[in-house]
Amino acid sequence: MTGPLKLKRPPSRTGAIAAVLGAVLVAAFFASVAIGAVSLSLDAVLRAIAGRFSASAADPEAVLAETVVWDLRLARVLTAVIIGASLATCGAAMQGLFGNPLADPGIIGVSSGASLGAIVVVVLQISTFGLWTLPIGAFLSGTATTFVIYALARPGKTGGDNSKLLLVGIAVNAIGGAFAGYLTYLATAEQLQSLTFWSMGSLSSAKWVTVGISAPPTVVGIVLLYRWSRQLDLLALGERQARHLGVDVKRLRRKLIFVTALLVAAAVSFNGTIGFVGLVIPHLFRLMIGPAHRLLIPFSAAGGALLVMLADLAARTLDPPSEIPIGVIMGSLGGPFFLWMIYRSRRFGISAS
Amino acid sequence: MIELRDVTVSIESRDLLHAVTMSCAPGTLTALVGPNGAGKSTLLSVVAGDRKADAGKILLKGREIGRYSVHELAQIRSVFPQGSVIRFGYMVEEVVAMGRAFRDLPPDEDEAAVLGALRTSEVEHMAFRNAQTLSGGEQARTTFARVVAQATPIVLLDEPTAALDLRHQERVLAAAKAMAREGATVVAVLHDLNLAAAFADRIVLLGDGRIAGNGPPWEVLQQERIETVYRQSVRILEHPVRGCPVVLTT
Repeated sequence: MTGPLKLKRPPSRTGAIAAVLGAVLVAAFFASVAIGAVSLSLDAVLRAIAGRFSASAADPEAVLAETVVWDLRLARVLTAVIIGASLATCGAAMQGLFGNPLADPGIIGVSSGASLGAIVVVVLQISTFGLWTLPIGAFLSGTATTFVIYALARPGKTGGDNSKLLLVGIAVNAIGGAFAGYLTYLATAEQLQSLTFWSMGSLSSAKWVTVGISAPPTVVGIVLLYRWSRQLDLLALGERQARHLGVDVKRLRRKLIFVTALLVAAAVSFNGTIGFVGLVIPHLFRLMIGPAHRLLIPFSAAGGALLVMLADLAARTLDPPSEIPIGVIMGSLGGPFFLWMIYRSRRFGISAS
Repeated sequence: MIELRDVTVSIESRDLLHAVTMSCAPGTLTALVGPNGAGKSTLLSVVAGDRKADAGKILLKGREIGRYSVHELAQIRSVFPQGSVIRFGYMVEEVVAMGRAFRDLPPDEDEAAVLGALRTSEVEHMAFRNAQTLSGGEQARTTFARVVAQATPIVLLDEPTAALDLRHQERVLAAAKAMAREGATVVAVLHDLNLAAAFADRIVLLGDGRIAGNGPPWEVLQQERIETVYRQSVRILEHPVRGCPVVLTT
């Protein structure tokens, strides 16, 4: 044995990236709360947030600010955080599960499966579980969809097969679209309005109660994915070798499918399908901090939250007083990015990481 | 300790392995040789726990393989598979460290074990390179380092030398033999009879799913037997330096 007893590690940029990401995240959070139809100064935002915890202010301007912040903005910004974090971590986990950097809940059809469940709930007016009916419907159909997709596009031992996963995604999206179309045709005029926003996604229905319902599954899902990060890493070697190294692949796969469906359900049940977050964010962070999931999961959560907050801010402010659907904004950013990734993966084989 | 008793594996009524009985002792390196389709990889995958035997028993350390959990199996056997692919841009060092991920060993020994494994395979200088950019031989050496890092009492190698140059063929098999000398039970599927003759304590010759020879190199590598099993005429010479048999085609 020669050489020093420790490996010389190249300097890591991870700490710096984390610091920048954290700072931008906080800035975007306050900007999203402050900017809108009624714009507030940062000072007013801080006072309004604090105001809820102290004796109420007599100043009518402060009361207005407090109402705007607490009743309109905060719930919506937190919804953006929840959607972004859950979709991006879900994308990271799915890419690990499928061994394929192109796996995204929207592209491979999990989102449309989940939102189909939600549409069924709305149109058939099912209310077995009260307010929870919608997310439970989305979760159940999301889980079923993921199982079907995995059975059809299962990563073989020869590496990720991009085309198969994408073809399955096209088919699943088409089937989901057909069912959704039929239900739209059955829907009443009133239901129609709430259905159109599924297809494009919108955060305008964000309320504290929906935040309360979707936050717990998001937190639980991300914590679980983080705990399984080492097993996700080993899946990169393929199912067989992961098993040789001690990963019970069958169990892990089942757990991952349930948790990713849970995360997608948390994101889409009240806000419709928002595409590309799960594709763009994990991919960018893999390029910056490497593919190890122990870092990738938390960075994706933060990055996804940031992206959806900014996209929603743009949706609210680009064309006042009306709102651009957030799906339009995500699609115009994510579509070209997706094409670029396919171009890249064609040049580098399946090695697009 | 690996024991196979009347192990049969069949696909569509064709036997890939037919009533194979053999055992491998700790401290030895056993080479599995035989022509294409003789059942070498099938035998190894059955011992690895990748596929179930249709009949017969496989015992690892005295216990039937089906009674181990996935986690327990990872504690006792490591596998060098054919055609290893990595799907994301992990660094070589990260790939090798995956060998330790679910081993019940003190984590503070991991770094030294990984470093030792990187040096055994001579991949230390590329420890922080993206494993997807490696050549076939470099990838095979990285996978071998991962097997070394896992440090299990049973080591199963499926054609570990297939992609390697002369120097690394020798190094990998010497390392495998060193693991055997330290007490491991090592089984390697090899295509090159001369490598098998030079490094193996025993050679198991498979032909058509059956054992056609099992013993020390000089005993198994006999002209008539090799010619029957491989359907190819050969001559057996003595290696001028190592004294082991050398098989030449004629």
